[in-house]
Amino acid sequence: MTKTQKSKDNLIQNPKSKIQNRKVVILSGNNAVANALRQVDPHVYPGYPITPSTKIMETVAEFIANGKMQCEMVAVESEHSAMSAAVGAAAGGARVASATAANGLAFMWEVLYIASGSHLPIVLAIGNRALSAPINGFADHGESMGSRDAGWIQFYSESVQEAYDNIIQAFRIGEDSRVRLPVMVCLDGFLLTHTSENITMQGDDEVTDFVGPYHAEFSLLDPDKPVSHGLSDPPSYYMEHKMRQQAGMEKAREVIEEVGAEYGKRFGRPYGLVDPYCMDDAETAIIILGSEAGRVKGVVDKMREAGKKVGALRLRTVRPFPDEQIVRQLLGLKAVAIMDRSYAPGAVGAPMFQEVRSALYDYRDSAPPIVNRIYGLGGRELRNADVRNIFAELDALADGDATVPVIQMVGLRGEPAPTWEEMRPLETPIAVAAKRGK
Amino acid sequence: MSSLAPDVPANGLPIWDELPPGGVSEDAGSTSRRTMGFWRGGGQRPLIDLNLCVQCLHCWVSCPDACFILEDGQVTCINYDHCKGCGICANECPPMVNAIVLVEERRFG
Repeated sequence: MTKTQKSKDNLIQNPKSKIQNRKVVILSGNNAVANALRQVDPHVYPGYPITPSTKIMETVAEFIANGKMQCEMVAVESEHSAMSAAVGAAAGGARVASATAANGLAFMWEVLYIASGSHLPIVLAIGNRALSAPINGFADHGESMGSRDAGWIQFYSESVQEAYDNIIQAFRIGEDSRVRLPVMVCLDGFLLTHTSENITMQGDDEVTDFVGPYHAEFSLLDPDKPVSHGLSDPPSYYMEHKMRQQAGMEKAREVIEEVGAEYGKRFGRPYGLVDPYCMDDAETAIIILGSEAGRVKGVVDKMREAGKKVGALRLRTVRPFPDEQIVRQLLGLKAVAIMDRSYAPGAVGAPMFQEVRSALYDYRDSAPPIVNRIYGLGGRELRNADVRNIFAELDALADGDATVPVIQMVGLRGEPAPTWEEMRPLETPIAVAAKRGK
Repeated sequence: MSSLAPDVPANGLPIWDELPPGGVSEDAGSTSRRTMGFWRGGGQRPLIDLNLCVQCLHCWVSCPDACFILEDGQVTCINYDHCKGCGICANECPPMVNAIVLVEERRFG
């Protein structure tokens, strides 16, 4: 059964969904996010424009000017101020959304922690873009990966459709009383933000009904229940508050699954923490996140036609990190590659590689060998041939070939690129093993 | 085997899931019950001369710690339990009036 058939059946089984309100429209990622925001209509949008997410703010401003949103837009002087205004408005009990990218997110850094530490369910769209320097402007996950420990829930969208769906779900997830945490919805710069796609847009009333009204638990503007926000924590309280944050993040796992399932039931597009593709009988697989998952799935389709047992696992969330779901999918495979669109200088591999490898440690006796392929930095194109090469390397790895590099860049000129192991001083055991393998 | 982490005595403080999330205090204004005037330390103390005061209330509206006590809409005195000696009141008092002066704390012994 194809995906479309599945979703149609789902709608037929649920006559309550107001399908007459749905329409298929051609929208770019930015436009789809702005339309989702129009339908949710948050109270406040503090914003500062930055490529490639400028169009989100621009379109929201247009909707407000045309009377299609009641939202209050606060045009501030920087991203630091945008997030500060978001924190202030959210502490005042408002539902708040904003959008930024790359250096803009980096400039918000300090206040990201204040938003999450204060349990303010702000929704922030990120048009993923490489950080300067060198100034670049094209897609990679460097900025959002850098902020993965800022206490925000993080979604990575594969398509314009998913970016739209994620924004709507983000409000429900972040505002859930079990969670109360801010949510980032990432969509790859230009690849999604500026690419137009046919998407199904739900009706305005359907979205309003799904998201529901927002009641802040603690509002500075509620005279019947006066509270103080942003107090100082002595050493005798700080750890207790961090534990509280952790509990919200752990609860988010089930809330994301619940909301994703309900979304599927109502609108025909269910979501979970991970998105396995052809994983049931796969022998080798690629783990990836973001828009290039579509390319990997396409290559998987082609290789399946040729009888190769390959699969793809897309991570929809990075925080909370879906370790259990990943382990469940990976055990029994013969070799796995983790593809990162970001890198961590001086670390042993890029962020997702580190975390997947760490998740597999408790299962190290039965875990497949895993390698890291770093691709697409600063918008570098990933080619189908690159993906096929990685699957070929995985085949070699599955056959016990010790010369397959562990950590390597893909798409660097003058291939094969030196591996991380080769670049180490010669006397370290890892480098020696790599040299011996050659 | 369960955790061997030693128990940390609560000493009457709330444990983590008893606290409102995000460092929120439901006891708004609790600071008024604490005397923080000692923060002035060896700094300056504002003195107000009510004979000169024209009751413009600039000091009252600009004091960050709400230290100016009003009775029937008139400034009557300064609450030194909360005054940190920032001097904003003396600065805001109109130059032609100059009813507030800052005096070094050590002169009060």
